[in-house]
Amino acid sequence: MSYMERHDDILNIAENWRGDGREVAIATVISTWGSAPRPTGSQLVIDGDGNFEGSVSGGCVEGAVITEAVGVISSGKPTLLEFGVADENAWELGLSCGGKIRVYVEKVN
Amino acid sequence: MDQNLLKQINVDRVARLATIFITDLKTGSQRVVRESELDSGDPLHQDLLAAFRGGKSRSLETEDGELFLNVFTPPTRLIMTGAVHISQALYPMARACGHDVVIVDPREAFGTDERFPDIELITGWPGDHFPNLGIDAYTAIVTLTHDPKIDDPALEFALNSNAFYIGALGSRKTHARRVERLTAAGFSEAKIARIAAPVGLDIGAKSPSEIAVSILAQLTAALRLRASGDREG
Repeated sequence: MSYMERHDDILNIAENWRGDGREVAIATVISTWGSAPRPTGSQLVIDGDGNFEGSVSGGCVEGAVITEAVGVISSGKPTLLEFGVADENAWELGLSCGGKIRVYVEKVN
Repeated sequence: MDQNLLKQINVDRVARLATIFITDLKTGSQRVVRESELDSGDPLHQDLLAAFRGGKSRSLETEDGELFLNVFTPPTRLIMTGAVHISQALYPMARACGHDVVIVDPREAFGTDERFPDIELITGWPGDHFPNLGIDAYTAIVTLTHDPKIDDPALEFALNSNAFYIGALGSRKTHARRVERLTAAGFSEAKIARIAAPVGLDIGAKSPSEIAVSILAQLTAALRLRASGDREG
């Protein structure tokens, strides 16, 4: 088994899902401040039904990213999301660790 | 992201090519640059060079707006000699830490699919096979057979490579004899000092699993604590 066959290889999953005819978006951590749980470059792959693999924050904001990704899949337009404790919905969307992250969400065309 | 770019990145990663996937966050335009084809005329040449060396993805402010450089360096790999008891414990742990694993052992009785299911197992001599494994700066080599006939050629090849970690199982006494042999073979003291021996961090490991933990901890330190600028190849 090479690393490409691993369950957690996001870009491989994205290619396979796309090959299966599923609509796919990829979310990527673009930058982090403070004690963000996942490093820059971490990725999440999402399909049109909201199924996902991977992690951009260790679970803190995945729900919001998935919701946005489903929107990106239907609009086709990439978007840049920002999460931090300063958000109004801190308890729902923020990072309890006090870090901040920006996440780029794009559709695979 | 264009589906064909995604495919190209995946093909390059299988081929252990270092690549950077560049996204213009303002326009959404994207391109892929391979380290082997990095052009000095590229407007981002210096930044890309630094990103390949550092191996870390990052955003980059330019006059025309912000770019994101997603850096894909080859996955680290652990090549072991010896389909032995310790490698049975070590290979699943190494894999859990994200390393690809290859085991080389000429002894058919040791390297069976039953003992090592679902793994790249080469039944042959390190001297014959190591040159074909593409050993690079993302590769660690650990010798585990205790048998100089098998381990020495592997170590000799390792010492002439830029593998990021080289470890050899065996007591201090065994290693002293090994150093004598490698010295006789023409290796300098400095080169031989690259070998971690006795292999692993000194945590008083007794069982094969504990020895595997100590090896993996030492390997991890070699990988993560090295200066980012040292990454080459």
